[in-house]
Amino acid sequence: MRKSASAIAVHGILILYTALALFPILLVIMNSFKARKAIFGSPLALPTPTTFSLIGYDRVFGDSSIVSYYLNSITVTGGTIFFTLLFGAMAAWALTEYKFRWNTLLALFLAVGIMVPIRLGSVSIIQLIVELNLINTLTALILVYTAQNLPLSIFILSEFIAQIPKDLREAGRCDGLSEYSIFFYIVLPLIRPAMATVAVFTMIPVWNDLWFPLLLAPTGGKQTITLGIQQFLGQYITDWNAVLSALSTAIIPVLILYVIFSRQLIRGLTSGAVK
Amino acid sequence: MSEVKIEKLCKSYGPVEVLKDINLTVGDGSFVVLVGPSGCGKSTLLRSIAGLEPVNSGNMTIGGRQVNDLPPAQREIAMVFQSYALYPHMDVYNNMAFGLKFAKTPKAEIEARVNEAARILQLEPLLKRRPRELSGGQRQRVAIGRAIVRKPQVFLFDEPLSNLDAALRINTRVEIAKLHKMLKATIVYVTHDQVEAMTLADKIVVMNKGRVEQAGKPLELYYKPNNLFVAGFIGSPAMNFLPAQVKKGGILALSDGQELKAALPSSCKAGDTVTLGFRPEHMTLGGAGKFALTGIIDIIERLGESGFAHVRLPSGHTVVAEVRGDPRTGSGQSAKLTFDADYLHIFNAEGQRLD
Repeated sequence: MRKSASAIAVHGILILYTALALFPILLVIMNSFKARKAIFGSPLALPTPTTFSLIGYDRVFGDSSIVSYYLNSITVTGGTIFFTLLFGAMAAWALTEYKFRWNTLLALFLAVGIMVPIRLGSVSIIQLIVELNLINTLTALILVYTAQNLPLSIFILSEFIAQIPKDLREAGRCDGLSEYSIFFYIVLPLIRPAMATVAVFTMIPVWNDLWFPLLLAPTGGKQTITLGIQQFLGQYITDWNAVLSALSTAIIPVLILYVIFSRQLIRGLTSGAVK
Repeated sequence: MSEVKIEKLCKSYGPVEVLKDINLTVGDGSFVVLVGPSGCGKSTLLRSIAGLEPVNSGNMTIGGRQVNDLPPAQREIAMVFQSYALYPHMDVYNNMAFGLKFAKTPKAEIEARVNEAARILQLEPLLKRRPRELSGGQRQRVAIGRAIVRKPQVFLFDEPLSNLDAALRINTRVEIAKLHKMLKATIVYVTHDQVEAMTLADKIVVMNKGRVEQAGKPLELYYKPNNLFVAGFIGSPAMNFLPAQVKKGGILALSDGQELKAALPSSCKAGDTVTLGFRPEHMTLGGAGKFALTGIIDIIERLGESGFAHVRLPSGHTVVAEVRGDPRTGSGQSAKLTFDADYLHIFNAEGQRLD
């Protein structure tokens, strides 16, 4: 009896929280399918045959630049995930497998990177990017995001790599694999679940970020979608249909990526231990 | 020819010397077992042969080729690890074929070799399975198969049976012995289990604290141990040791006054302090041997066909003797232990054998 009461309480809290978290998203999606008048007249109502309208989506996809903003966001997120995982796993492998002189110091230095928010360095980052002639490029964003995400991913991945039995790496060495092959053919496949975890928490802040796109690639057709949507928000007139539609569609790519990675996560967990 | 020769090998981790001046020859086609207590350096020696541990000094040749500075893959060795170290993300076939693929072996050749190994080890029905779907014994066979397909000059086994349960361990031990006969392979095998060592080896190398204490044929080590360490390590239960004083006329006096008369080796002089060693299986409870000791039975461990009587001598030392059948005596009874002088081992004060 008491058990079911506490179960109800737990589920009640969870349902409440889910509703709270999903409510704004639902509101955005719902209203993106309504005409402008209906959005303001009854913002909490579902779209009805009379209020239903696709004008927002028309305007978003009619605007060719919005489509390219999507592609920009996908490129930046994809590139960041790729480089974060690649360099993160490589650095984690080096820090755990090889004992060299500055090993501990380097690990400590990277741990500091987790604690210091990268935005504190915004001014010098801008200077650096300008010097490198990378302003208004996606490369600039990918570089900065990769730097931002590397410390934590190295930290997490080295924990996982440390769990790979030493014998396995040595079996690889006896089998004639180079250190690179051991990394790519033995270590990487075995830390896939960890990489999926890192990918998921790398992806979402990068996709949603407004700060660095605004600083580093604000014009020139290199805006990301979060920044691109701003063009519908005017000082005097805001095209709410377009904003809501753009926001609704912006959820989709990140949702797809999440589904892919979370599947990997589950598959990784069930793929079994070494012995 | 795939002879392994090790000369003056030394290795240390910082100030800690783990291998001290190791000299060892593993003949072509022979089965050499390295035994010793944990931490004696046997695994380190094996890993040095494999090239997984760098050494500080010394010389190593495999098949007449110096391998000191070669990476493991070029030493033409194959190693079987204690934890099997199978690649968990590959099926059995690929586990065995992986190294060959990297060596750019032609595909048909890989297939032939893997199938041959699978046939020898009865792994054919399992080729498409992942390691996690295999039992411990099957995993062990895959690990051996992975070694076989490489056609190495030398097989290196690092405690391959210690993760198996007792029954499977005996089976696999026999399998390995058969395999050695069939492949005529040169094998270096590390274990801490002296039964494995005695049954498998052509030559046993007993190691202690980074040194080779004695190397020789199993029975040689059993009947003529060079020193106290080897004498105590080989044989189960361990050899009994008693301190004694040499007296004139070939008399050995124990500390409690009991005396034994034996034909002493010439190097034994009156007044010397020596250690006597005799194995439990060479002693009889009662009986009419030439040598006799008396004491009180502490306990008898009965195993069925035989048992071990722990007998406390007046000096306080406990001696273990094997007893056949079901002796009528028990704890607290006095007992007379007899044994054959042929099986008496005498060691000097430094622990070295006197002959």
